Amino acid sequence: MGKLRSIEELELLRNKINASIDHSQLCVYICGGTGCKACGADAAKDALQAMFKAKGIKDIKIKMTGCHGFCEKGALMIIEPYDIYYCHVQPEDMEEIVEKTIKKGEPIERLLYHDPVSGKIFVHSKDNPFYVKQKRIVLSNCGHVDAESIEDYLVKDGFVALAKMLGGMTSEQVVAEVTASGLRGRGGAGFPTGIKFAEGRKAKGDGTGKKYMVCNGDEGDPGAFMDRSIMEGDPYKLIEGMLIGAFAVGSDEGYIYVRAEYPLAIQRLKIAMAQCEELALLGENILGTNFSFKLKIKEGAGAFVCGESTALTSSIEGGRGMPRIRPPQTAQKGLWGKPTVLNNVETFASLPAIIENGSAWYAAMGTEKSKGTKTFAVAGKVRRIGLVEIPMGLTVRELIFDIGGGVPDGKEFKAVQMGGPSGGCLTRDHLDLPIDFDSLTQAGSIMGSGGAVVVDEETCMVDFARFFLDFTQRESCGKCIPCREGTKRMLEILERICIGEGKDGDIELLEELSNMIISSSLCGLGKTAPNPVLSTINHFRDEYEAHIHHKKCPAKACPPLLTFGIDPSKCKGCTKCVKRACPVKAITGEIRKPHKLDMKLCVQCGACFDICPFDAVTKE
Amino acid sequence: MSMINLIINNQAIEVEPDTTILEAAAKLGIKIPTLCYLPELRKFGACRICVVEDARGTLVPACYTPVKEGMVLKTASPKTIKTRKTILELLLASHNGNCLICDRNGRCTLQTMAYEMDVREIRFKGAIRDFPMDASGAVIRDPNKCILCGNCVRMCHEVQTVGTIDFTDRGFTASVATAFDKPIIESNCIFCGQCVLVCPVAALVETSEIEAVKTAIASDKHVVVQVAPAVRVSLGEEFGLEPGTLVTGKIVAALRRLGFDKIFDTQFTADLTIMEEGAELLHRIKDGGALPMFTSCSPAWIKFCEQFYPELLPNVSTCKSPQEMFGAIAKTYYAEKSGIDPKDIFVVSIMPCTAKKYEKNRPEMKNEVDAVLTTRELAKMIKQAGIEFKTLPDEDFDSPLGQSTGAGTIFGVTGGMMEATLRTVYAIVTEKELEGDALELTAVRGLEGIREATIPLGDLNLKVAVTTGLGNARVLLDKIKAGEADYHLVEIMPCSGGCINGGGQPYTNDPALKEKRAAGLYESDRSLPLRKSHLNPAVQKAYQEYFGKPNSHKAHEILHTHYHQKPRH
Repeated sequence: MGKLRSIEELELLRNKINASIDHSQLCVYICGGTGCKACGADAAKDALQAMFKAKGIKDIKIKMTGCHGFCEKGALMIIEPYDIYYCHVQPEDMEEIVEKTIKKGEPIERLLYHDPVSGKIFVHSKDNPFYVKQKRIVLSNCGHVDAESIEDYLVKDGFVALAKMLGGMTSEQVVAEVTASGLRGRGGAGFPTGIKFAEGRKAKGDGTGKKYMVCNGDEGDPGAFMDRSIMEGDPYKLIEGMLIGAFAVGSDEGYIYVRAEYPLAIQRLKIAMAQCEELALLGENILGTNFSFKLKIKEGAGAFVCGESTALTSSIEGGRGMPRIRPPQTAQKGLWGKPTVLNNVETFASLPAIIENGSAWYAAMGTEKSKGTKTFAVAGKVRRIGLVEIPMGLTVRELIFDIGGGVPDGKEFKAVQMGGPSGGCLTRDHLDLPIDFDSLTQAGSIMGSGGAVVVDEETCMVDFARFFLDFTQRESCGKCIPCREGTKRMLEILERICIGEGKDGDIELLEELSNMIISSSLCGLGKTAPNPVLSTINHFRDEYEAHIHHKKCPAKACPPLLTFGIDPSKCKGCTKCVKRACPVKAITGEIRKPHKLDMKLCVQCGACFDICPFDAVTKE
Repeated sequence: MSMINLIINNQAIEVEPDTTILEAAAKLGIKIPTLCYLPELRKFGACRICVVEDARGTLVPACYTPVKEGMVLKTASPKTIKTRKTILELLLASHNGNCLICDRNGRCTLQTMAYEMDVREIRFKGAIRDFPMDASGAVIRDPNKCILCGNCVRMCHEVQTVGTIDFTDRGFTASVATAFDKPIIESNCIFCGQCVLVCPVAALVETSEIEAVKTAIASDKHVVVQVAPAVRVSLGEEFGLEPGTLVTGKIVAALRRLGFDKIFDTQFTADLTIMEEGAELLHRIKDGGALPMFTSCSPAWIKFCEQFYPELLPNVSTCKSPQEMFGAIAKTYYAEKSGIDPKDIFVVSIMPCTAKKYEKNRPEMKNEVDAVLTTRELAKMIKQAGIEFKTLPDEDFDSPLGQSTGAGTIFGVTGGMMEATLRTVYAIVTEKELEGDALELTAVRGLEGIREATIPLGDLNLKVAVTTGLGNARVLLDKIKAGEADYHLVEIMPCSGGCINGGGQPYTNDPALKEKRAAGLYESDRSLPLRKSHLNPAVQKAYQEYFGKPNSHKAHEILHTHYHQKPRH
């Protein structure tokens, strides 16, 4: 393949690749996302390759794809064109897979998805309840293309949007199209992307005309991994999205800022960028037009605060990731002092479909003020954990129960933390809330980047708030006093409450500090850090009060507030708690005789409770 | 551009666009408190103390938010006051609160602000800052007192372009540190002490040598003291006098009462420096030596040059600084003349400077100076001894190292050393004396960062430049390196304004500080009978009796030195 000098040459190439593919041919897709790799996807692939060689199978392709989303079932495998969907595949399964599925088209029951909710077994991914209510636009190719093959991307209509744009759209038209689509930034704040592009397009800067397009792939929210999955699974779509953005605002240079903890994403992006450069889809005179765009990767050190645009640009420049004052806004004076338009990965990856299918198509999805689809990382106490993409406006219930399968082990759903550590929690009362920017904000939560952590009745909401605040206070850059000092004091108060040293007035002090930090912090990190505390106080004030006034943890999750005991009718005298658990020798007893717990010695660590195989340890 | 109208605390005001809320309020006589805002540094927005309330009840930082048409602001509403109080309370909660034994006690911005905001309780009891202290160099860092306002960091990076300290770590353990947290003496710190001046608390202070000086005075040693020019226009501030008030006679009287055996003047060796340096310059011009020649009075500049411009070290004058020349001469010429064994002489310097504490320990200096006190330390000694400074009589320096000229006086202000050099070089080259108004070479005066002038000296058009603040020096040095400038002589003073604004000077919030102190020195110059170094009779006598002539072999041995490249980090 040489450089593509025109749109026609791109289409010729696409046709050539299409013509070379026999779509009836079997193809094995193994998920090569970070999650599945951790579950042994590489070993599975190697084993399958070896098996093919041993059995003389030559014409069946094995492709390592990006993330399918259903990470808890990894390593995942799909065999096309049958759409047979296997979970937890291991190297030792390969012989059977070859003999039964590949040679005969028979599914192997034990590898299929066994749904814990319905008890049903699903052969095809299209029927799998995890996927049924999803609408995959951004993630459309993830799991269905070789993430390192530009040919695969071209087969999936890759760069059609770019060709359409360069073939007859002006930058004003692109901005207008994005504006009309109603797309809002997927990074957290939900700022309308079209307006951002229009500002970037208008920005004069220092008169040199230099503008930067920056992609925020830092993804600092713990538990969120949609950006990583896009970069790993479909890097070309991100590049195409950035090209659209760059054309719209008139930028000829861009950066993708990725945390160094995402080595696979960086590797795949580098491969994709090199391939794009080879085809002149990046660089000078793209597709023979006078549009040029250079793209670089900047590896970040993984700081939550680098999600803040000014901290991010400072980090790209080689400085400390520390937000600066605004004005000037990044759009006017950003990276290297030039006008800079910054969006996150998912936002950019939404653009090709908008340009290709038109704004009306996109705006037809979602709610009045939140259009299109949004990805969510559904985690915590749900029966189907993974990455999903849903149309805006689906309810919280549909996300957690229909897609996520609800709470396991017969426990009660208690809350879902939306938007990561900057977000707030939603409760049972919010289950029928439509998921869109404004509804979530009104309910005291945020869309954020799309984290959704579900907790059940066994989670203490004070401890839950403490957990998130512990994260944000550690990740505070330390620059402004309210954030640096205030979150630390809030954390200390929460820690006291959790060990039974809460005092009258602590709730009010937490609220006062929260409001002060929100109203006076320098950047978004501080302005949102108290949200988990405020929302848990708002919805679960009784739990705070029980800790403070009655020294009790209603969820029975804060060990220092619990009284442990041994139920002699259940204790079998196995001595596990005596010998292996209790660190202070508070439990005594002989084998096959009920053990005794000396409350005077007990330090409420809970180790005996966790180790007891007979549920004989009680906690109150 | 049209003017912006807004209302602050019910008062209407019209200001230029791009004015900040803080500046607009100041025009109305409204003071908004700040901790991290200094006009000479880039706006930082870290402390949030300056928040004011807008019409929607939103808090807006005043120090960097530009005014907008129709703004209605309240700078002391209950919400703003409460926020400021809580911020201060939070700072105090993690602060090492040893106020009573703190070097900044009574002069601490945090302390004053906590008083003014009426912070009466600290509701947060928990972790306090816990970092090791670094007392390895002339400037002590105590991160436990640091409030992370970043004034020092910006001073070091933006104004001085040295970059010794920066923020490190995150969250509650964020701190200001050297690269790899090395002791400051191993860092690239030039010890200019400008960070000390802008620190609102005592996170940065000079190393105290008061006890060493008191021990020497109490011993059998012959303790001589020298006073730098800039000290005489600033020490009065410590006793309630206006900046720039000339208190030379009172300083001499105070030092005598403190028990020093001889009270001498650094201005004597400033005159001597002019003789040596002037001769060196003319020699370089005549014999094709490295030009431009750079002045070498400031140890902070010397270390800067050693680290960042080692290739220009041959251009640095070989003259020791006036402080070190004084130490050298006190332990040779003066020792011989007065019949005292140099080992029994203890030389103390009163300096406006923290770098002089570093300089005296340099191996090149052979322990010529034994102790350096900053202006602030001297003030403390005077107060400790119960001396009523303001009512002291004016007394005279001792002979012979106490005699000086107006040329020596103006060493303390940027451009002063250049002017003093020109007065003497003019006389040597033209064999004529500058007199009257011509003596005051206004071309090299002022507080701008870089000043250039061409001075006709007979057939020679002497091209000179003066810089103040190392960021400005860098601009000039880069031009020189690139061959874009052809000066003969360049004066480099690291502290903005020269020694009058040195790192050892009193903490004063007067915005016209530099102008006032500079005016004090120029006034002193004007009031002296002798205003040219070469006319100093004591200097002339030193040459007759001891050195022979400027740049003689003996002068080189005692009064000159060489410097060498140092690593940048």
